[in-house]
Amino acid sequence: MFGLNKKDSVLFVLVLFLTMCAPFLLNPFPQGSELAQFNAGYPDLMQRFVIFGIFAIGFNILFGLTGYLSFGHAAFLGVGSYAGVWMMKLLTMNVIPAIMISVIVAGLFSVLVGYVSLRRSGIYFSILTLAFAQMSFSLAYSVLTPITNGETGLQLNLDDPRILGVSEVNGSIPPPNLFGLSLRDSAEMTFGNWVFTFNTGYYMCAVLMLIAFYISIRIFRSPFGMMLRAVKSNQQRLNYTGLNTKPYTLAAFVISGMYAGLAGGLMVAMDPLAGAERMQWTASGEVVLMTILGGAGTLIGPVLGASFIKYCENIFSKINDNILHQWFAFMPDGIEDVIVFLVHPFVGKGWHLTLGLMFMLVVIFLPGGLVEGGQRIGRLFRRRKPDAASDASQTKPAE
Amino acid sequence: MGLLEVKNVNKRFGGLQALGDVNLSVAENTVHAIIGPNGAGKSTLLNVLVGKLIPDTGSVIFDGQSVLGRKPHEINQMGISRVFQTPEIFGDLTVLENVLIPCFARRDGSFKLHAFETVMHEREIVDMAEQMLTDVHMIEKRNLQASTLSRGDKRRLEMAMCLVQQPKLLLLDEPTAGMARADTNNTIDLLKEIKATRPITMAIIEHDMHVVFSLAERITVLAQGTPLVEDAPENIKGHPKVQEAYLGQSHE
Ligand SMILES: Nc1ncnc2c1ncn2[C@@H]1O[C@H](COP(=O)(O)OP(=O)(O)OP(=O)(O)O)[C@@H](O)[C@H]1O
Ligand SMILES: [Mg+2]
Repeated sequence: MFGLNKKDSVLFVLVLFLTMCAPFLLNPFPQGSELAQFNAGYPDLMQRFVIFGIFAIGFNILFGLTGYLSFGHAAFLGVGSYAGVWMMKLLTMNVIPAIMISVIVAGLFSVLVGYVSLRRSGIYFSILTLAFAQMSFSLAYSVLTPITNGETGLQLNLDDPRILGVSEVNGSIPPPNLFGLSLRDSAEMTFGNWVFTFNTGYYMCAVLMLIAFYISIRIFRSPFGMMLRAVKSNQQRLNYTGLNTKPYTLAAFVISGMYAGLAGGLMVAMDPLAGAERMQWTASGEVVLMTILGGAGTLIGPVLGASFIKYCENIFSKINDNILHQWFAFMPDGIEDVIVFLVHPFVGKGWHLTLGLMFMLVVIFLPGGLVEGGQRIGRLFRRRKPDAASDASQTKPAE
Repeated sequence: MGLLEVKNVNKRFGGLQALGDVNLSVAENTVHAIIGPNGAGKSTLLNVLVGKLIPDTGSVIFDGQSVLGRKPHEINQMGISRVFQTPEIFGDLTVLENVLIPCFARRDGSFKLHAFETVMHEREIVDMAEQMLTDVHMIEKRNLQASTLSRGDKRRLEMAMCLVQQPKLLLLDEPTAGMARADTNNTIDLLKEIKATRPITMAIIEHDMHVVFSLAERITVLAQGTPLVEDAPENIKGHPKVQEAYLGQSHE
């Protein structure tokens, strides 16, 4: 299908199904029930799933294939966001130009950063990318304030020109739209106590993520993708085989930078503001965690990792002491207080502690990430048949 | 003039003269063996030829063009492929992919952004790689991960990766070291067969005299970085200087 082999087609259709039906799948619990807090079918959260999915898919093309670990990819996301907001200030609230300019600007910036950083490999490469990102972050706060609006962040104003659109509608800023279709619009569907929300913005992001995912599958199966894996495996050998590794790694770097730009553009399409904190090293680190947690170098891993982290962030950071007391109310008072006291640092603002622990557990016990976990469970269920599945992607033996 | 002309090449590592005034001419379509005791500078000489090292002085002319100062990938694209002393393969990739990469390098040059083609749909490339694997008797291992191969198989794979490029000059650094007798004989047969089917020049470093005398048409003996003698195989065997170098008696 679309030039994909059978296994990849199945994977793609699965992701297609999951993203299209997400409003149902993520809202399994009825409104008002105890468990409703574990629902994730809100537009805002679903948008974050797919936007960070795109970011991680792109990051995986660089890190998963070539092994070059960038610690500065949030810079491209941030630059893309600023460029996107400017488009919406100057041109129109239609998000298409904003998204396109985000990708282009992030791509150009990544050519510069990649060209310099790729002069080194290993830890030195990581440090160079980190340095670039921190420089961008500081610049956005200081010298570049006229462009970035410093600490406040870049926002839309009523008096923005928007030469292809309108500056204001009835005294307020018009909502971002896709050829007139407001991205904030949602349709709701009610079944008894269940409420499902279908948000235009989410579906636009989801379609773009599917395209991004499809492109990444094609890259993985292409000669170019094979060369990138060869870079990771033995760069020396690649050189002595007549291949110039520099343009290959630079191309991978720029492609992943453009994915980051796309994610940044979509963020402002959903919520038109951009702040420097988007470029901070913690944001760069987050995409590294997502990719490794999900399974670096696998197709689906980064998407899983991104959704997993964003879901946990949402759940864990919402929990406060009141909720904890409710949960442990069945226990004797003294013990309840002790338990709540012990759990407290891991939830709410402290949820990063939980994230850190999960990350350590995965790296130690599941170096292949969630994907490896899934494979292990799968193997437990069906006793491994002799490699029928892996043969599907191969070709006939020569005579 | 030979396909490869090495003139007055010197290379020092600190106080060690690894190569001292090396002159070597490899004639087109011959198998030229370079032998010598451990540490004689044989691998260092190959490193100079493929652009891994830059000599202190001297010149290296291949096919009428200077090699010095060029990047390894440029030198390979000129037509020089090298099998290393310790196998250099893509351990994380499959055996077939290991051979596909040089096929792409040969067809598309040192860089091509072929991000939307599918490897397995490139029929003629896949056929070429599979034919090569058949020739080296590894076709049934084509889906194995290369790092899981035995040492002998790794060497054979690396040789296949170099041969499939159809280089003008093939450099082999101890291609049979670590191989069982039967595999060594297979390798000799393979190289003879390649030699018989199409024009190729080889420079081969080897400690195994059986291999050397089965293949070589010309032999250079290197000792302490300097060529002692260069002659036809039948004249090398009994040469007093060679015996001396190998027995390590030289005190001059
Ligand atoms: N990069 C290097 N830095 C310093 N010394 C080196 C380097 N490469 C080689 N040498 C030294 O140069 C000398 C020649 O080494 P070389 O590897 O060329 O020998 P060789 O003839 O290939 O030996 P062998 O038969 O053991 O492979 C050795 O003494 C070695 O230690
Ligand atoms: Mg050697």
